[in-house]
Amino acid sequence: MELKNAMAGTLESGDILIQIAPSDVDGLHIELDSTVAYQFGEQIYQFGEQIKKVITNTLQELGINKANVKATDKGALDCTIKARVTAAAVRSTGVDVWA
Amino acid sequence: MNSIKDRADLIAAAAKKMGKDVFKDDLVKISTPRHDLQRKSGKVVTLEEAIKKSGLKDGMTISFHHHFRGGDKVINMVVDKLAEMGFKNLHLASSSLIDVHKPLIEHIKNGVITKISTSGLRGDLATAVSHGLMEEPVVFRSHGSRGYAIATGELHIDVAFLGASSSDPLGNAAGFSMSENAKSICGSLGYALPDAKYADKTVILTDDLVDYPNQLNAISEADVDYVVVVDSVGDSSKISSGAIRDTKNPRDILLAKKAAKVVINSGYFENGFSLQTGSGGASLAVTKYLRQAMIDKGIKARFALGGITSHMVKLHQEGLIDRLIDVQSFDKVAAESLMSDPMHKSVSANEYAALLEPGSATHFLDVVILSALEVDVNFNVNVLVGSDGIIRGAIGGHPDTAADSALSVIVCPLLRGRIPCVVDEVTTLITPGSTVDVVVTEFGIAVNPRRPELKKRLQDAGIEIVEITALRDRAKSIIGEAAPLPFGDKVVGIVMNRDGSVMDVIKNIKD
Repeated sequence: MELKNAMAGTLESGDILIQIAPSDVDGLHIELDSTVAYQFGEQIYQFGEQIKKVITNTLQELGINKANVKATDKGALDCTIKARVTAAAVRSTGVDVWA
Repeated sequence: MNSIKDRADLIAAAAKKMGKDVFKDDLVKISTPRHDLQRKSGKVVTLEEAIKKSGLKDGMTISFHHHFRGGDKVINMVVDKLAEMGFKNLHLASSSLIDVHKPLIEHIKNGVITKISTSGLRGDLATAVSHGLMEEPVVFRSHGSRGYAIATGELHIDVAFLGASSSDPLGNAAGFSMSENAKSICGSLGYALPDAKYADKTVILTDDLVDYPNQLNAISEADVDYVVVVDSVGDSSKISSGAIRDTKNPRDILLAKKAAKVVINSGYFENGFSLQTGSGGASLAVTKYLRQAMIDKGIKARFALGGITSHMVKLHQEGLIDRLIDVQSFDKVAAESLMSDPMHKSVSANEYAALLEPGSATHFLDVVILSALEVDVNFNVNVLVGSDGIIRGAIGGHPDTAADSALSVIVCPLLRGRIPCVVDEVTTLITPGSTVDVVVTEFGIAVNPRRPELKKRLQDAGIEIVEITALRDRAKSIIGEAAPLPFGDKVVGIVMNRDGSVMDVIKNIKD
C-alpha cells in the first residue's frame, strides 16, 4: 500500500500523537516515546509493550505492514491509541476505512 | 545618717551575698532621634555579612520555608551565595521544595548541599534524586512532624533563612506588608515559625523594610538575629499554581461534588463542625459545593483549617465559617484576608498538626478532604512518589490530618491518563489506611471496612458504596497491567511517620 506522511492526535494529556511515514524495509518500525513507559537499556517497562501491541495490531488490521511510526504518548488509553492510529492510517493511505 | 554613701557597705554586702556587681553609674544616654536610631539597627546587614556573622560552618543545617511555592526566590538566592562563599556539606532543611528549586541539583553535585530534609520534592530536582543524585537519602516529614522535630531538637537548625514580605529593622516580620512599598505577599508564615523560634540564628530576608514597629508581625524581633534587604523574596502570582490551582477540570468538579455529598451525609456535617481541604484541584473545590448545603441547612462551621483558600475566605465572610486557622495561604485572597481580618489567624506548623502537641488544631478537626496519587486496596495512600517510581509530590499535612480528623475523605480519579490511582499496593506508604475513611472516585465511592456505621449512613442517604477492590479491578480492566519498574538497590528517600518512626523508604530508579 502506498503511504504518504501523515499524522493524527495531539500532545494533550491522555492523548497520543501518531506520525506515519513510508519505509523502505518490510515491517512496522515503531518509535515510542511515552509518559507511561520507562525505557531502561533494551527493556521497556510499564505500558510500553502494550502500547506498541495496540499500534501494531491496528495497522495490521488495516493492511499496513511496512511503515515507520512515531508515537508520542501522553498516557492515552487503548481505545484512544486505536482511534489515532486509524485516523493517521486513513490520512496516510487515502483509503477511508469508516465509509 | 542614711545617705546612699552611708549604705555603701550594706549595698556591697548585699551584692556579694547575691553574687552580683555593685552598680556603677557610667551610663551614656543616646540622643539620636529614635526614628533614625531604629533605621540604624545593627541587625540590618547584607546577606554575606549575615551568613558570616551567623557562625555558619560546613556540615551545619540551614532551613527555609516554601510559602511562595513556585514563586520562591530565597532558597536559590541563599544557596547560590553559600556556594560562592565556599560552603560545603550543608544540610538543607526546607519545609518543602518545588520545581523552581532545580538549581539545587548543581549545588548537590558540587558538594555544597549533601543532605536534604523536606516535605516534598518536585520537578527536575525530584527526578534527579530519584535516579540517585545524592549519597544520603532525603528525609521526608509531614508538616506537623517537621514542626515537632524542630521544637524537640530532633531536627536542629543552625541558621534559618526566612523570606518575609515585610520586616522592620529589628526583625518583626510578616508574610504581607501594609506599607505602600509592598512588593510581595504570601500570607501565613506558619511553616517558618518553628524555624524562627528554635533555630540558633535566624536571618530574615525581606523585600520591604518598614519602619518600626511592623504591625501584625508573625515573627518577633526576639527570635531574629539579622535582617537582609533583597530585591524580591518571591513572586506572589506563582503561589496559586501547580498543586493548588483553582480547577476548571470537569472531572475534578464531579469528584468535588461527590465528596461534598459524602461530607454532608457523613454525620459530621453539623453546626460547629470544622473543615480542612488539602491541595489538589478536586479537594480544594469541595468547599464550593458545601456552601449551598450549609446555607440550606443553616449549618455553620466553627473553623476551617490548613491551606486557606479564597473559597474558605468567602464562606467566612458570608458568616458560614467563624474562624480561619491558616498555616499556609493558598492564594492571594487568603493572604490578604489574614492581613485584614482578626478572625483569620496564622498558626505555626507544630501547633497546626504535630502528633504530640496537645493543642494541635488537627486534633480538633472533624472533616478533611485530601487528594492522592495512589490509594491501595488497604486504603493506604501515597502522595509523594509517582507510579513511575519518580518522586513528584509532597507529604504536606496529609498523614497528620487523616489521622487526627474524625472523617478523612480521599478524592482521586480512578485513572490519570493511563496511570491507575487505585492499586494493589501503593508505590510508597505515606498515609496508613488505618487513618483513611472514604475514597471517592468518579467510578464509585469506597468506605474503609473499619467504619461500618459511616458506610450505613452514606447508604441510607442513597449514596452507592462499592468495594475498593472493585475500583482496582475496574482500573485494571481499562488500562491493563503495567510491567513492573526497574527499581535499584539504593535508598534515595526515607519517609518518617508523624510519631518519629521510619515508615517507608524510596528506592532509586535505574537509569
